Amino acid sequence: MGSTKILKVLERYPGVGKDKLIPILQEVQEAEGFLGREAVILIGKHLDVPASKIYGVATFYNQFRFEPVGRFHIQICRGTACHVKGSAKLLETLKRELGVEPGRTTRDGMFSIEVVACIGACGLAPAISINGEFHARVTPEEIPVILGNCRKSAQEVS
Amino acid sequence: MRITLNGKTMEAREGETILSAARRMGLNIPTLCHMEGLPPTGACRVCLVEDVKTGRLIPSCSFPVSEGMDIATHSSQVVAARKTIIELLLASHPDDCLYCASNGTCELQKYAQELGVRQRSYSGDRNRIDLDMSSPSIIRDPEKCILCGRCVRVCSEVQGVSAIDFAGRGSNAQVSCAFDEGLNVSSCVNCGQCVMVCPTGALTERRDVDRVLAALDDPKKTVVVQHAPAVSVSLAEEFGIKPGSDVVDKMNAAFRRMGFDKIFPTSFSADLTVMEEAHELVERVKKGGPFPMFTSCSPGWIKYLEEFHPDLLGNVSTCKSPQQMMGAVVKRLWAPAQGLESGQVFNVSVMPCTAKKFEAARPEMGGEVPDVDAVITTRELAEMIRMFGIDITSLEGEQADSPFGDRSSAGKLFGATGGVMEAAARTAYHMITGKELPELKIDAVRGLQDVKEAVVNIDGLELKLAVVSGLGNAGRLLKDIIDGKRTYHFVEVMTCRGGCISGGGQPLVTNPERVKARMQVLYEIDRDASLRVSHENPSIKALYRDFLKEPGSHKSHELLHTEYSPREVLK
Repeated sequence: MGSTKILKVLERYPGVGKDKLIPILQEVQEAEGFLGREAVILIGKHLDVPASKIYGVATFYNQFRFEPVGRFHIQICRGTACHVKGSAKLLETLKRELGVEPGRTTRDGMFSIEVVACIGACGLAPAISINGEFHARVTPEEIPVILGNCRKSAQEVS
Repeated sequence: MRITLNGKTMEAREGETILSAARRMGLNIPTLCHMEGLPPTGACRVCLVEDVKTGRLIPSCSFPVSEGMDIATHSSQVVAARKTIIELLLASHPDDCLYCASNGTCELQKYAQELGVRQRSYSGDRNRIDLDMSSPSIIRDPEKCILCGRCVRVCSEVQGVSAIDFAGRGSNAQVSCAFDEGLNVSSCVNCGQCVMVCPTGALTERRDVDRVLAALDDPKKTVVVQHAPAVSVSLAEEFGIKPGSDVVDKMNAAFRRMGFDKIFPTSFSADLTVMEEAHELVERVKKGGPFPMFTSCSPGWIKYLEEFHPDLLGNVSTCKSPQQMMGAVVKRLWAPAQGLESGQVFNVSVMPCTAKKFEAARPEMGGEVPDVDAVITTRELAEMIRMFGIDITSLEGEQADSPFGDRSSAGKLFGATGGVMEAAARTAYHMITGKELPELKIDAVRGLQDVKEAVVNIDGLELKLAVVSGLGNAGRLLKDIIDGKRTYHFVEVMTCRGGCISGGGQPLVTNPERVKARMQVLYEIDRDASLRVSHENPSIKALYRDFLKEPGSHKSHELLHTEYSPREVLK
């Protein structure tokens, strides 16, 4: 179960105070891929911080998620260059096509969306990255095609 | 230290804030995030005032006074800034005041009115957030929330529960439970202190008035009402009568005008609770524990234990609360004696409490046919009285009904912190010695202190007692008990600071002066009463003679006692 991974992270922080909450959240997410109920309960016990507070801190930052990522994890860049090149429209299209908000995963577990500040590919703006693979100068019209290709490749594998 | 406020020089106290000095001078500065007795957060900015020397605007709630300070509390700059703040808060607020539970009590509405807001100056996107209707006690409407933070603070800093906190960021920020789940699965203990501090309609009690009206309209139902000891000493305030007035007789008359068939004060079943609880205490003294025994009347406290200290559930008295004892006695004993099926009786209870709604709905409390059918708060009772067009001030007083209309003043004391302890000590003393306590009034457990201790000597047995109110205080006391730093035989715990007189179902204007006045009148009732001990209540004696036999009997256990189990929640 995930709890061993979580406990392993907590073992590296013996007797620490609340100020270590964010590094712990980061490491647990690194290990688990997301922050689940179990993680919040264990971290809360370790630091003596209520679950509502941990959730509050974690939702303040874009980097934390509360569901496992999808089979295809889509990072959409909302940095300055991508913004100028129309990434807002791209994000809107993605949300509409998938029916989920950033930070969430589609019910079939296929896709998840994450908004990132800048992925350092300004020359390719607007850019998205799917499971680490970059797509350059993406237009809203291309989004359904890209998603379709993902679904197709998933079918081929299974 | 001398400061100038609006051109007048005054003496200010070292370390106090501008707000505190100004209020002492009778100046009315609006506040939204400010909470008396807690450190300032300076979040809402509506209390800002002008530093005349620099022209700067500073928040009066968090800015300390300094020698020679010159402050304008209502300069045109200040008023304009306050108005803008209110207008910005209104920019994303739903404009449904007419349909809002807080219409007339809303602080945002009041300030908009005071500052002359007559049109929408800013139009922001409304955050669409679902109502949280999951709790049997409290409804959350985050769209009406202005993020002042008072609910979050009272939940964590006063009650030590932290069921809610701020989540999200910027314009998406909202108050929510962990993982955006419903209050019903959170650690919320339903105390309703968040409702008491909420300036808007974002937090309100779940309203059960309509269910009561439907029962009153149903000719097949016999509607029985019980009212908690703290209700009759607070209700008057809803009608502009001075705090500290007991209107129990007028309230009885109002109940009859509205069509209730029988009126039985919960103070009667508080006497019954005293008999059972004192008996339980005496039994534990004989058996040697487990100690400390904790009281079980306050449903917020019970849920708190189930969640945070399930290992201590064995220490809690097995007695149901007075509300539930009354419900059980009326439905299971009184109804059959009247030739009524339990389903024909509709038990309404008027409580100073939102957690009582949760308690009545617990599966332990009657199951299919619940012992108590509907719980309304003091506020909801006031609403009903207004709805029926009853002028409570002009009513002639009336008495409660028999057979459960008599109460001792010990049962009435349940309304204030320490009252259960005082009542139980009187009866436990009598159970052990066969004599009355030489001094019935136990000063050490009276008053509004957070923790009170007393030792009662019963024939050489030194009974160590403690009284605590407010779950934050209770949590700290529990820690000392667990660590072995304090030992007691019997501990009374009330969820809300001050006890039921400052419960979450009380009039929304509840401040220390009013709580003190409500407490005072309870003490006066006890001082002037001829029947001051539960065990001498003739109706209680009759109930035991005719039905229950003796405290702790098999029948008592079947009807009046229960058990609780650990509760897994995100906490």
